[in-house]
Amino acid sequence: MRFEAPETVEAAVSLMAGEPGEARALAGGTDLLVQLKSGRVAPDLIVDLKRIPSMTAITQEDGGFRIGGAVPAAEMLEHDALTAAWPGICEAAYLVGSTQVMGRASLAGNLCTSSPAADTVPAMVAAGAMVRIVGPDGARDVACEDVPSGVQKNALKKGEVVDSIFLPARPARASDAYLRFIPRTEMDIAVVGCGISITRAADDTIAEAKVALGAVAITVQVVADAAKAIIGTRLDDAALDALAAACSAACKPINDKRGTIEFRTDVAGVLARRAAKIAYDRAGDAA
Amino acid sequence: MPLDTQHENQIRDFKVVGTRPVRPDGLDKVTGRARYGADMSLPGMIFGEIVRSTHAHAKIISIDTSAAEALPGVHAVITRADFPAQQAGMIDTLDHCMADAEVLYDGHAVAAVAASSKSLARRAAALVKVKYEALPHVTDVDAAAATGAPLVKMGIESNIVDTHEFGHGDVEKGFAEADVIVERTFTTEATHQGYIEPHACVANMGGDGVADIWCCTQGHFMVRNTCAAIMGMSASQLRVTASEIGGGFGGKTCVYIEPTALALSKKAGRPVKIVMSRQDVFLASGPTASSSIDVKIGARKDGTLVAGLATLRYQGGAWGGSLVNMGAMAAFACYDIPNVKAVGHDILANRPKLAAYRAPSAPMAAFAIESAMTEMCEKLEVDPLDFRLKNCARAGTKSSYGPTYGEIGLEATLQAAKDHPHWSAPLPEGQGRGVACGFWFNFGGQTSSSLNINEDGTVGLSVGTPDIGGSRAAMCQMAAEALGIPYEKVRAIVADTASLGYNDVTDGSRTTFASGLAVINSANQAVERLCERAAQTWDIPVEAVEWKDGAAHPAGANAGNFAPLTLAEIAADSGSTGGPISGHSEINADGAGVSFGTHICDAEVDQETGRTTITRYTVIQDAGKAIHPDYVEGQFQGGAVQGIGWALNEEYIYGEDGRLQNAGFLDYRIPVASDLPMIDTQILEIPNPGHPYGVRGVGETPIVPPLATVAHAIKGSCGQRMTSIPMSPPKVLAALKGRTA
Repeated sequence: MRFEAPETVEAAVSLMAGEPGEARALAGGTDLLVQLKSGRVAPDLIVDLKRIPSMTAITQEDGGFRIGGAVPAAEMLEHDALTAAWPGICEAAYLVGSTQVMGRASLAGNLCTSSPAADTVPAMVAAGAMVRIVGPDGARDVACEDVPSGVQKNALKKGEVVDSIFLPARPARASDAYLRFIPRTEMDIAVVGCGISITRAADDTIAEAKVALGAVAITVQVVADAAKAIIGTRLDDAALDALAAACSAACKPINDKRGTIEFRTDVAGVLARRAAKIAYDRAGDAA
Repeated sequence: MPLDTQHENQIRDFKVVGTRPVRPDGLDKVTGRARYGADMSLPGMIFGEIVRSTHAHAKIISIDTSAAEALPGVHAVITRADFPAQQAGMIDTLDHCMADAEVLYDGHAVAAVAASSKSLARRAAALVKVKYEALPHVTDVDAAAATGAPLVKMGIESNIVDTHEFGHGDVEKGFAEADVIVERTFTTEATHQGYIEPHACVANMGGDGVADIWCCTQGHFMVRNTCAAIMGMSASQLRVTASEIGGGFGGKTCVYIEPTALALSKKAGRPVKIVMSRQDVFLASGPTASSSIDVKIGARKDGTLVAGLATLRYQGGAWGGSLVNMGAMAAFACYDIPNVKAVGHDILANRPKLAAYRAPSAPMAAFAIESAMTEMCEKLEVDPLDFRLKNCARAGTKSSYGPTYGEIGLEATLQAAKDHPHWSAPLPEGQGRGVACGFWFNFGGQTSSSLNINEDGTVGLSVGTPDIGGSRAAMCQMAAEALGIPYEKVRAIVADTASLGYNDVTDGSRTTFASGLAVINSANQAVERLCERAAQTWDIPVEAVEWKDGAAHPAGANAGNFAPLTLAEIAADSGSTGGPISGHSEINADGAGVSFGTHICDAEVDQETGRTTITRYTVIQDAGKAIHPDYVEGQFQGGAVQGIGWALNEEYIYGEDGRLQNAGFLDYRIPVASDLPMIDTQILEIPNPGHPYGVRGVGETPIVPPLATVAHAIKGSCGQRMTSIPMSPPKVLAALKGRTA
């Protein structure tokens, strides 16, 4: 097993593309190291991305934020402008593992692990995040929801890594929220996750919304009907009922050790209601 | 509460006992200096890895080890064929450590390798080719007990292998006299002890057949005797040293990897270390029994219990020994019922062999019985504490399992609960409050200890019971109390199997009681010798010397007028007055007093998700005498937390294929710190007449009441009576929505 720590994106891509065997990118390593230790993976090459300056930076770009592929959650949580603009994404990042894990774990890593239960993914999808993927053929920008393609499967091709995640500029009176259900209070994996982003019009009706669910299907689900159910409303009870019903209807879960089909379907609606109220209130307070 | 004056041996004014000194192992543990099972390394040491079954039940057709053996760096590969033929007594134990003709559960060991590195050992393990013929399996206790169930192993005719019955009176007559009857069935899933430290050992056998084992265990004498019997060695050929231990809770009272490490070391001629992964720990160590329990209780309109009947079905893996007998004994132990019967059926299933877990078998039985009692209170419209105070066992009550109780503290804990501010505190909207009590037998057993008076006046104490709950501090306190010297002068170690007589395992909440008794005896013997040296120095008869406040004194004016000789002064001169001074004790301790507790819990159920939050929790228990109250409170809190985890989320989850679905802490959910409020404690002290300081074991009782206490609080919060443990969110939400989970 070979370990490389290049200092440029180009060098990282060239190493990943040039490895004839299995190559794995290492950002925080909070998934990869566990898999290595348990013997689940034994790659021929590990490419550490943390020495690449652009990969570990949060920069403002076109009124939005570009978050490098190896930026740890803890740094996001200490970035005042980012936490003010995207509280939902930041609260999702805050749910990833323990304080120690947050010192390493990245959004890009959470996305590329391609678990249906990844906490930050529904939040990023609701936010309209764009993922910049770099590879031997150059860079491409892909909508966050198009990256995961199955359990531990994603759209990255041989030699590709996630360079950064871009959160677009927000209009005034816009905010987001993420909630997950776990049986405990922390250190757990989502049984259902729900990210919602909301923009309020001047009359306090919802002008724009995007709703995404995690852990209710093999990949993150964008629920267009749920967004439609609340757009144009002031989030009255009828709108919330319709939102919850649309979210429950969008669930395609399985029965497993973490929850039953019925449980996940019910709780998806419950979380959507609760997350929508939080996002709506935040949007009212947002400048 | 003052010590009862009727117990003449019990010292009334303690100087060290009952104080809260700094724990002697604390610095080692927080700095990393403490040496746990995996911390031992020896020159030339190699690493063992165990090959485990991927079937719940299968016949082993063949095991091909040739590819593993051919891998450079591999020193030994073993299967069951590498162990000597066994005497009857050890067959089940070895079968669980290394399968013979068939594998009986997912994770059952079938072979082991030892190689020069951990990663090489893992590669070699993957090269061992096992051919299986899959056989039908069953993992659920009721399914295993049903007619026509798949048989758990070859050569048996039924999965029900034993039945135990306890009780007295005539239950049919009792129910005929009852005005109100409650009858229900309850189920509980298996839980793991969840200790932080995985099993680990280093075994080293020389060419002369003499061997050492270093391991984390609750009983190194048990490890020695078991491994020696399995390997055909004599006890003197095997020395076992217990490492520092990162939790046991009963799960380290048997062997898992030690015979395998010894067999690998024998074959390789090198020291072999085996460290279980967390997955191995869940697959192949622990857990508790899972259970299914029918309860029927009857009472008169005035609230007097007249009959109790319970049928308990426990599965404890593929070898029997589910400890259902202890569940049947403990079931009604809190109550004075004229007509009572408990029947326990021991049932096999294709799961790992059960290990003891903190008051083994009692929590499930208490969940069923206490839940039924609470329902009875609702039907009779009486306060649950008043009902229990009316019907509780007291001194003189003939217990449901046979003996007549002496001085016991159940009534005192119930009264203390009634008087506790928690019980009378207003309950916030949406929350429910539960109460339940619990019982544990406690145990004494074979114990040996040794106490050396050093020449500088300090004391070295050797005990043979591994310290899983702070016992070294308690031992030092009891020795200091008996000798009349400060706590800081005494240091205790857990000595190896060559250094002391046989000691039973640290279990049954026995260590502070029984090892404490041996330590006090050892100190008393040392005091006799110290007095002899003083008598010799003063040239007076030893009968004329008395020991008080850490010094020899002439006993009265007739004995002579001598200045007292302190322990340190006598010790300093010991070389010229007859040599080293020490005290020893070898006992089979009797008289462990039974222990009772009462718990109060407030909880709030999120009615949209079924998730339960514990908002307040209080443990009240009789400790006899709390030697080190911090540790006693810690035991109360730890037991309650493990019980809450069991009540809410912990469970073994098996798939249709009979394989364990959640062999890790991610999906086996023990409570995290933020899940819980501070657990309040109240220590009651009703002295145990069987111990000079009044000690009762305290470690196990606190895990007994929480299952029913939490269930009662959930009922109060959301109106649902949960009869199946764990009361996980999917189950509670299903109950709220009127569907089955």
